[in-house]
Amino acid sequence: MIEVRNLSKRFYDKKRGEIRAVDNISFRCQPGQVYGLLGANGAGKTTTLRMLATILEPTDGTALVCGCDIVEHPEKVRAKVGFLSTATALYPRLTARELVQYFGRLNGLDNSILNKRVDAIFDRLDMNGFRDRRCDKLSTGMKQKTSIARTLVHDPPVMIFDEPTLGLDIMTARTITAFIRECRDLGKTVIFSTHIMSEVEKLCDIIGIIQDGKLLAEGTLAQLREKYHEQDLEEIFVKVVAPHYTPAEDH
Amino acid sequence: MSLRNVAIVYRKELTEALRDRRTLISSILIPLLLFPVLAVGIAYTAAELIGEASREPSRIMVLGGADSPAIVDGLRQVKNLRVIPATDNYVDLISNKKIRAAVDIPPGFQAAIDRGERPDVKIYVFSGDLKSAFGATRIEKFFAEYRDAAVRRRLAAQQLPETLMKPFDIHQQNVVSAEKVAGETYGGLIPYLAILMCMTGAMYPAMDLTAGEKERGTMETILSSPIKRTHLVFGKFLLVLTASLATATLSVISMGASFAILARLTPVEGAAESFPVMPMHAQTIVAVFAMALPVAVLFSAVLITISLFARSFKEAQSYLTPMTFIVLIPAVAAVLPGLELTPKLALIPILNVSLLCKELVTGTYHWNYIALIFLSTCLYAGAALFLAVKMFQRESVLFSS
Repeated sequence: MIEVRNLSKRFYDKKRGEIRAVDNISFRCQPGQVYGLLGANGAGKTTTLRMLATILEPTDGTALVCGCDIVEHPEKVRAKVGFLSTATALYPRLTARELVQYFGRLNGLDNSILNKRVDAIFDRLDMNGFRDRRCDKLSTGMKQKTSIARTLVHDPPVMIFDEPTLGLDIMTARTITAFIRECRDLGKTVIFSTHIMSEVEKLCDIIGIIQDGKLLAEGTLAQLREKYHEQDLEEIFVKVVAPHYTPAEDH
Repeated sequence: MSLRNVAIVYRKELTEALRDRRTLISSILIPLLLFPVLAVGIAYTAAELIGEASREPSRIMVLGGADSPAIVDGLRQVKNLRVIPATDNYVDLISNKKIRAAVDIPPGFQAAIDRGERPDVKIYVFSGDLKSAFGATRIEKFFAEYRDAAVRRRLAAQQLPETLMKPFDIHQQNVVSAEKVAGETYGGLIPYLAILMCMTGAMYPAMDLTAGEKERGTMETILSSPIKRTHLVFGKFLLVLTASLATATLSVISMGASFAILARLTPVEGAAESFPVMPMHAQTIVAVFAMALPVAVLFSAVLITISLFARSFKEAQSYLTPMTFIVLIPAVAAVLPGLELTPKLALIPILNVSLLCKELVTGTYHWNYIALIFLSTCLYAGAALFLAVKMFQRESVLFSS
């Protein structure tokens, strides 16, 4: 489970001064649920998810991931999280298998358990055809599968996806969305950010709309439709965001 | 500190480094080839050129001397001098290297000597030109012998002993071992090379493991794993240190081999003296490396810290290139003759180790300085490593964009 409590992140920029990338947001996501964080570019999605993955430290507030505080026990939190984004690239000079093994070892797995788990994941994701090929020689689809295998190797109860389908072709993107569904079906807590409405409609149990670092609306798709009297999610999104919208740079 | 995690990171970085052609070239191939090419190539070529110049007969011109036939005849008979007929454009001929020198014998030269006067002989040369210098030296040697003979004749005529003009001789006697002579002559080269190569070897991996990782997008991947950042930076640091030491070791081995080959070649007679063989004892090599170790730690940590600020490999290169000059200055200063260790100099990083290693190579062990320099360099290295760890914990550095 993820419980976000008054989470904030401020950056300082020489030209723009203080930037509130994430401004006092709180939400919850239960196991077996997919929480979709929907927002425009620069809304604060990536910063929120990076804080939950403990890659960034919050300025204020905190979050509990499976009961562990992200500020006090970041290493413990990371051991419970699988983090995937288009920014999480692969080591080009390692083979697919070596890469997954490396992250397994960093997660404290012994060789005997690690090898069994890697074999099982490679079978499940149909990766044996390229297991010993270097990552810089893999196709985009193969790379995505390798990234998925990396996030799964320590069998984390929480999965965080930051715009995981950004820039991918439709077939590769479908691999990712299928994987997200599978994670939910396995009872994992899933949170993912996107600005693609169709993905949210298909995948998310709860939707949070974020703009300028603030969580402006939250609920199931049905609740949001009812509240904003719109059927189309894009229209709902525009209604929520438009009063607050100023084109922002990425943080 | 979890050594297991540090070892996992180190092993992975080593695997990647050994598969990277650029790392292999900068850490192994260049240090192995640099010295044979530089030392043997340049020295052998220089020796060959000097040898060729020394063997080539010098074409010279004798200006005047019609009334001093014995002198002109004497010059004609000097080995390796070819006297060609005199012309007025001798300056142009020397400048264009058609002739190597010209000697101006004043009118009535021989008669003036016989009368006990003191006439002048002028030799026209192309200063800085080796072959012109050889020609001038041969002419000068002939006239020096002629002068000595004249002195002896005069002394004999007066029935005076030859020792009248030269009542005593002066000799310089070397009292130190050949090892020390060689060490003093070019001993500074070894620490200079070791320090330079510690830097060169560390540079590429330091950039690759920090800015390169940011550029490739793997920084966020590794930061999402449960490893502590301190362990991550130590694993990376150890790889950079390995590359640094490997490059320095290979360079020194390569240089040793080059000198050995150079000593065997001896293309010119007497060249063995100009390239004295420096016997390096195992304990000297160990001592030099013991002092180079904290320097390598210092470089590795500083280079990691600086390149961490860069967002791309190219940006890191532009940050680190000036570092080479900062390191070169004290390292080169240590090679300068006459600069010796003082307590103040012993606290200047890099320069202190260079100066100390120069002494170690000659077999001199000043234990006070050794302790002071080792400890101060360890202190600088520790501070640099601490800074690297701190920088790895700063979000603004890791995610600079």
